[in-house]
Amino acid sequence: MRLHHFRGGVHPPGRKQFSADQPIQSLPLPARLYLPLQQHAGGPALPVVSVGQQVAKGELLARAQSAISAPLHAPSSGIVVDIGQFTAPHVSGLPIPTLVLDTDGEERWPEREPPPDPFGLDPEEVATRIGDAGIVGMGGASFPAAVKLSKARQAGVHTLVVNGSECEPYVTCDDRLMRERAAEIVDGATIMLHALQASRALVAVEDNKPEAIQALREACAHDPRFQVLSLPTRYPTGSAKHLIQLLTGLECPAGEPGTEVTGILVHNVGTAYAVQRALRHGRPLISRIVTVSGGAVAEPRNLEVPLGALAADLLAYCGGVSDDLVRVLSGGPMMGQPLPSLQTPIVKGSNGILALTAAELGPEQLPDPCVRCGRCTEACPMGLLPGEMARRVQHDDWAGTLAFGLNDCMACGSCAYACPSRVPLSQSLAHARGALAEQRRAEQKANYTRQLMEQRQARLARQEQAKADAAAQRRAAKDKKQRAAVTEEDDE
Amino acid sequence: MSASPLLAGAPHAHGGDSLQQLMGTVLLALAPATLYGVFLFGWPALNLLLVIVLTCLVGEALCLWLAGRSLRPALLDGSTLLTGVLLALSLPPWAPWWIGVIGGAFAVVVGKHIFGGVGQNLFNPAMLARIMLLVSFPVEMTTWLEPRPWFSGTTPSFLEGLHITFGGGLPMADGMTGATLLGHVRTGLGLSQPLGEILPGHYQPGLAALGWTGGSLGETSALLLLLGGLWLLWKRAIAWTIPVAMLGTVLVLASVFHWSDPERFVDPLLHLVSGSLLMGAFFIATDPVTSPLSRMGQIVFGAGCGALVYVIRTWGGYPEGVAFAVVLMNAATPLIDHYLRPRVYGRTWLGQPKPVSERARRAAAGRDSGSGPA
Ligand code: SF4
Ligand code: SF4
Repeated sequence: MRLHHFRGGVHPPGRKQFSADQPIQSLPLPARLYLPLQQHAGGPALPVVSVGQQVAKGELLARAQSAISAPLHAPSSGIVVDIGQFTAPHVSGLPIPTLVLDTDGEERWPEREPPPDPFGLDPEEVATRIGDAGIVGMGGASFPAAVKLSKARQAGVHTLVVNGSECEPYVTCDDRLMRERAAEIVDGATIMLHALQASRALVAVEDNKPEAIQALREACAHDPRFQVLSLPTRYPTGSAKHLIQLLTGLECPAGEPGTEVTGILVHNVGTAYAVQRALRHGRPLISRIVTVSGGAVAEPRNLEVPLGALAADLLAYCGGVSDDLVRVLSGGPMMGQPLPSLQTPIVKGSNGILALTAAELGPEQLPDPCVRCGRCTEACPMGLLPGEMARRVQHDDWAGTLAFGLNDCMACGSCAYACPSRVPLSQSLAHARGALAEQRRAEQKANYTRQLMEQRQARLARQEQAKADAAAQRRAAKDKKQRAAVTEEDDE
Repeated sequence: MSASPLLAGAPHAHGGDSLQQLMGTVLLALAPATLYGVFLFGWPALNLLLVIVLTCLVGEALCLWLAGRSLRPALLDGSTLLTGVLLALSLPPWAPWWIGVIGGAFAVVVGKHIFGGVGQNLFNPAMLARIMLLVSFPVEMTTWLEPRPWFSGTTPSFLEGLHITFGGGLPMADGMTGATLLGHVRTGLGLSQPLGEILPGHYQPGLAALGWTGGSLGETSALLLLLGGLWLLWKRAIAWTIPVAMLGTVLVLASVFHWSDPERFVDPLLHLVSGSLLMGAFFIATDPVTSPLSRMGQIVFGAGCGALVYVIRTWGGYPEGVAFAVVLMNAATPLIDHYLRPRVYGRTWLGQPKPVSERARRAAAGRDSGSGPA
């Protein structure tokens, strides 16, 4: 298949050698798991268990709140000890509603009937089962997988792209999954093809993972609908929009929430694996592969981790961190978030915990002035002018920032990576997004307050009016009485 | 962890390029032409270079100090040094010291700091200073001399050099000075001589390319400038857009006119090897601060520079037009940047969401080779 091209992008050093040759190991079960109720895009899950309740492994803990939401299952058997507020796996470190489970170490699965053959099921039923298993996009966006599949089938999507490009430096969890569990991934993708009623699956892997490509080619050799493609290594090839452009030359129209109009749906290899577990073995999504790496980690590894394990648990299992640790990230260095604390849990979308040293982060230096060299523009895969946007952010010119395409920015960080002056470009844009969201919230609040005010005023006005009406009636009655009296007098 | 919340955001990696590195690369690319200029024109050329660079650095420090800004990063990033070197290379090599001081100070103070310092200036500071000098001191700025290279016996000694730069100026003797090639052509054409009579004895393409000719301190050797420029391209310190567009435009225009009347319009090769064209295309028009951001914009900018160079050289009042051309196009840069933005992914050139055509969709499905409705 002839590959097309996407503009921009950068070539950060891969640094995958730390963990790429480490086979997947299981993290020993932690005594306590912290399960945020919102591990996905959409509404948070609603707890269906109560504090003190004994739960079996894989039992439903919280159900999907609405159409766009995802349920949450117990990663192990144990007792629910709390449903409260704990540190979110996010830079803000703000507490979010979290379910706390004390494990009993028995790893008890409930008795269940083996699931029926997925290919005998109606495609919509397959999607429903995927949704019920709590599966979300495992590549980071964490959008409920079932919603994406149903929408794409209705839109007549013809091609499933199984995304194994894994373009972030350091992260090797997908690489290991592809090398070790290629058959399961291909099986999961076949089930997704059925759910989509699509006719073709393209498995896309960057060419820095030859073993994974080889394993996948062998695993899908029997199915002519599959094709494994080796892609040139470049960041951000793993972005769905850019992967579609690379494979087909098509661009997803701006403002579209999904990629259905291109006839293509992109799902991560981890998602395909989770689908296989759910539909073949009846297992909900309760664990995932996480890469623990970085120069400050004693023994970098790829771990199969129950959801809710803390970053501290993972790092401790990998031999702890050295003194030259400067920053711990959740995710890769290009788009990852610094963790506010090591007491933050692994969620469905966590792909890496990186403990980085100063040497890896590069010298921390104040930005030089922008010299308009245009390198950020060259690097931007969305065709934006990051330098111009950042200049406007600096002056709090939100309208200008939006006019230069803030909403088209995918926060990939290529611009800041490339800037010789080290202008914090993507960082400024993130700041602008935050400020604008804050502004919207404030506006909504102001609107709401104004509505309340208006309602109150209307109510007061009505009351005044009612009072006035009553007074007028009383006056009228009095007048009438007086007039009557006068008439009576007259009559007399 | 990090002091600034902005710096703590993603990405947590950097490509490693820095401003110093970029400026250092450009300076290194200029080194051969600079050394050759000093070799060709002796001590006075070196004196002038040092005077200008020193003036620029002192001026920069003074401006930063007056603005209450810290000296360290701005003074050391190499941009001031580069401005000074570019200006020096564009001047007559035996110009007196005060030309250097006035030019250097003007470049830094008016060319750069009036606009707000590094990254803010609208015009290329070195070219702005060159134009100011040319307009204010036409005699000093157009006194060229034949090459008098080191070891040839014709070079002035160190003391004579000091005298030329800091003393009474040129010890004018007949036969020592001459016009540049372009100046000579202009004068000849002004007297209605055909090129066939003007050029012989003055123009030997080989020597001109090597730089064995009168001219500005660092602009005589087309070959060394070309090598430096290609090295910059190879190092990706500059983009190909501006040099290619600028040189291409000059070559196309020169070819067309030369072909239409070879006795009135000089041939493209002469344009290429003489004056500051190569210097301008690789080192001056490519100044990031004063050129457009998008590729498309850079191509328009480069083509504009090339066209203006040709027009000024051929019909304008000055034999050389690179400085004017670049500065004029600098003025157009904000406009170019405004209208020629890159196309955003998923949008049309007009910024509307770009629809996916049914045909493209079918082609992507692999069901249709795109040869019409199925
Ligand atoms: S890369 Fe940096 S210096 Fe260059 S234009 Fe962009 S913001 Fe300015
Ligand atoms: S972060 Fe945004 S502006 Fe920067 S390169 Fe990525 S898409 Fe472009």
